[in-house]
Amino acid sequence: MAGLLALLAALLALSCTVGTRDVGWADIIAALGGRIDSIGQAAVNVRIPRTLLGLLAGAALGLAGAVMQGVTRNPLADPGILGVNMGASLAVVVGVAWFNIASAAAYIWTAVFGAACAAIFVYVIGSLGRGGATPLKLALAGAATSVAFSSMVLAVVLPQNDIAGGIRSWQIGGVGGATFERVLPVLPFLAAGFAVSLLSARKLNSLALGDETAAGLGERVAAARAVAALGAILLCGATTAICGPIGFIGLIVPHLCRVLVGVDHRWLLPFSALSGACLLLTADVVGRIIARPAELDVGIVTALVGAPFFIWIVRRQRVREL
Amino acid sequence: MTVHSLTASQLSVGYGDTEILHELDLAVPPGKVTVIVGANACGKSTLLRAMSRLLSPHRGHVLLDGKSIHRTPPRELARTLGLLPQSPIAPEGITVADLVSRGRHPHQSLFSRWTRKDDEAVDDALAATKTSDLAERPVDELSGGQRQRVWIAMALAQQTEILLLDEPTTFLDISHQVEVLDLLTDLNHSRGTTVVMVLHDLNLAARYADHLVAMADGRIHVSGTAENVLTEENVRRVFGLESRIIADPTSGRPIMLPISRHRMVMKQDLKESRP
Amino acid sequence: MLSPTLDRIIGSRRRRARRHVLVVAILLVLVVVIFALTLSLGQSFTRPGDVVRVLLGENVPGASFAVGQLRLPRAMLAMLAGLSFGLGGAAFQIMLRNPLASPDIIGISWGASAAAAFAIVVLSLKGPIVSIFAVGGGMGIALLVYALSSRNGAAGTRLILVGIGVSAMLESFIAYILSQAPAWTLQEAVRWLTGSVNGAQLGQALPLLMAFTVFGALLLSRTRDLEALRLGDDTAAALGVDVARTRIMIIVAAVGMIATATAVTGPIAFVAFLSGPIAARIVGNRGSLLIPSALIGAMLVLSGDYVGQFLLPSRYPVGVVTGALGAPYLMFLIVRANRTGSSL
Repeated sequence: MAGLLALLAALLALSCTVGTRDVGWADIIAALGGRIDSIGQAAVNVRIPRTLLGLLAGAALGLAGAVMQGVTRNPLADPGILGVNMGASLAVVVGVAWFNIASAAAYIWTAVFGAACAAIFVYVIGSLGRGGATPLKLALAGAATSVAFSSMVLAVVLPQNDIAGGIRSWQIGGVGGATFERVLPVLPFLAAGFAVSLLSARKLNSLALGDETAAGLGERVAAARAVAALGAILLCGATTAICGPIGFIGLIVPHLCRVLVGVDHRWLLPFSALSGACLLLTADVVGRIIARPAELDVGIVTALVGAPFFIWIVRRQRVREL
Repeated sequence: MTVHSLTASQLSVGYGDTEILHELDLAVPPGKVTVIVGANACGKSTLLRAMSRLLSPHRGHVLLDGKSIHRTPPRELARTLGLLPQSPIAPEGITVADLVSRGRHPHQSLFSRWTRKDDEAVDDALAATKTSDLAERPVDELSGGQRQRVWIAMALAQQTEILLLDEPTTFLDISHQVEVLDLLTDLNHSRGTTVVMVLHDLNLAARYADHLVAMADGRIHVSGTAENVLTEENVRRVFGLESRIIADPTSGRPIMLPISRHRMVMKQDLKESRP
Repeated sequence: MLSPTLDRIIGSRRRRARRHVLVVAILLVLVVVIFALTLSLGQSFTRPGDVVRVLLGENVPGASFAVGQLRLPRAMLAMLAGLSFGLGGAAFQIMLRNPLASPDIIGISWGASAAAAFAIVVLSLKGPIVSIFAVGGGMGIALLVYALSSRNGAAGTRLILVGIGVSAMLESFIAYILSQAPAWTLQEAVRWLTGSVNGAQLGQALPLLMAFTVFGALLLSRTRDLEALRLGDDTAAALGVDVARTRIMIIVAAVGMIATATAVTGPIAFVAFLSGPIAARIVGNRGSLLIPSALIGAMLVLSGDYVGQFLLPSRYPVGVVTGALGAPYLMFLIVRANRTGSSL
């Protein structure tokens, strides 16, 4: 745990230093104190909210992924793959285009709603037929749903040229352009999401044993599932509302953490949150370094790195477990 | 009916780096019913799959009439050797007649049309398995026993002289198990089909087998008539189980009674030493 | 020896075959009718007589441009792309025994699209060489997915999942390429992300036609083997099918077809995915789904493009129409599957 925290701190610092123009420590400290005298300090001033957003988004996505994998007992569950992020995107785009929502809070509520709808839709599709919600069927349902929602996003966005330029931001997520004003409204949602998710840790441990066993242990299975899922949806929705859809963090992080701390969710969830933050910040820093002077959006980096990881997981698992 | 010989010679088969069968020799007696038994993971399914060309051997050969089956084009092989694998898949909504007619696949090439011979083969297969009245019904609606008979009908429509079956009675009710095994015996008697099957029930195997093969750890431990194979010593070696073998009053064949820790009469007859 | 059952069997088989031919004929007629309609109807109505005259090479004022330069190339492209996606998609779904295992979901369309986008944006290429890139991309991805999922032979499940992972990677790769080309118009971006036949030219139809003919013939020659594969790999092998070789041939043919179409139109969302299941609903178990799926694919793209152009409040490329309509149909398929208790 301590190691992870130290890593996080290092990444936080790194995120502030790196970018189009590198800055030194003195500038960082000065900027933290509110001074924006030099260009360097101004750059840091921009980076601090970005870093903060990266931290929060990463933690949220990592945690949401761990919760989702626990709720669905599916090693391949991830808000991106299951189409939940795309659902949130679609909802926001529809809200902006047709209902003219403007306030940040409205954005977030809409995104959460979209995330919830997508999650329910994909889960229902994935569980029908023989065998219930197997990882394969959920992944396929998610993939198909993502494509459908993605097209719908385009359908809504195309005629509206003013938000069309933001096509990128609704297909691929990123933390660029973050400011404190944008980040602030999402904090209560994230806080609620974190709380609900972390408190579901015990329930997730029971669910991991199978529905029947969990019920035998006195757990109310449907309620536990719904509550945990709600936490994950709050986290995904809120994150997507601000950053756009960022995938794969929710997939990779729980697997790595399981190797480190095992399957007890009381440890797994907090670790996933921390690791998610580290991973996202790393991806963001990498995106900024690799494509200088431009930058690669986080969503692209996570997809390019995450997909091979996903494939690696698939190869490792025995077919029967899938 | 031409007699075909199927032999495995020095067969070593495995998946990846693991070898499951080790230098196995097996000569399948033509025109008889051969049953392969053994504990789980002893390699009996692997043997059957290797003998039907589903698996390529690392070393050794499977010979049909002296020619390696892996050098025979698959279609040609399928006209002589048929296999009913463990979990065949029936496409949704397919009717019995349609499924059985798929068995004619090896006899049809790219441009051939359906001939009367094909239709007759399907009809014969349905009649032999007593599924003629089920011909128009969807396979999904049938009972386990009926469905298995339909799969056997499909293999029959292939009109092969040798038929391999991988656990054809697993998951069936006891009445259906007997139904299927009786059917296979009918086929063997009336058409002279060489039947090779893997069974998990030792007693049914002993009853129906002309030639019984017991496997352990990827090798054939013993083979021969049921009387020769089903001995207390062999059961101990192959299954790790203490037993008593008596003559089954209904069939005259040996029957294996397991010795358990509880519910035994005459405790003093229990053998003290265990290997 | 004539037995009553033999008669019944022959009779029902013949009836099935006849019904299959009838369905295919009806679908063919429908495609032709829709094709003809899109040539007549548009911003202005052109009389069918005039359409025919333009097609025969005459110069009809007021119609030649609309029909010859605008509508005909578009319709040809739409039809050929639809045929290719429908046939290729159905082949994959049948081979992998899963309607959700469609080339546009397991990454092949994305591979072709990414290669084409790369060729056009980064290498500034044009013309038939883009098609070659696309086919290379599609094949390369198919190979990659097959290789990555192969352990003791590719299990269908693993193949599909690996495909989904690769798709996600490719999608973001495409988005990246597009974002790096600031001079890129929205139209092109949309083409490579969901597919469109805007700006079609007759010259583009030729490689499509060739690819469809060659790969289509290859695929259709495997019809019987594909039918056998539906019974499971083991059973198919027992029936004499060379499973590995047949799989490779089907993959090569289907990918070739789809990639060539994608090189021209982009990955028109969901056509490959929906054609097979729709055909299955119509044809049932009466016969092979391959040709009906191709025809339905053509119908979907032709009508989708028409709808996107004229029947909606704004002009949309065909990919958006088919993509957006995919979800409700997916739900419908699911509800139906749930009711009949079958597995998806």
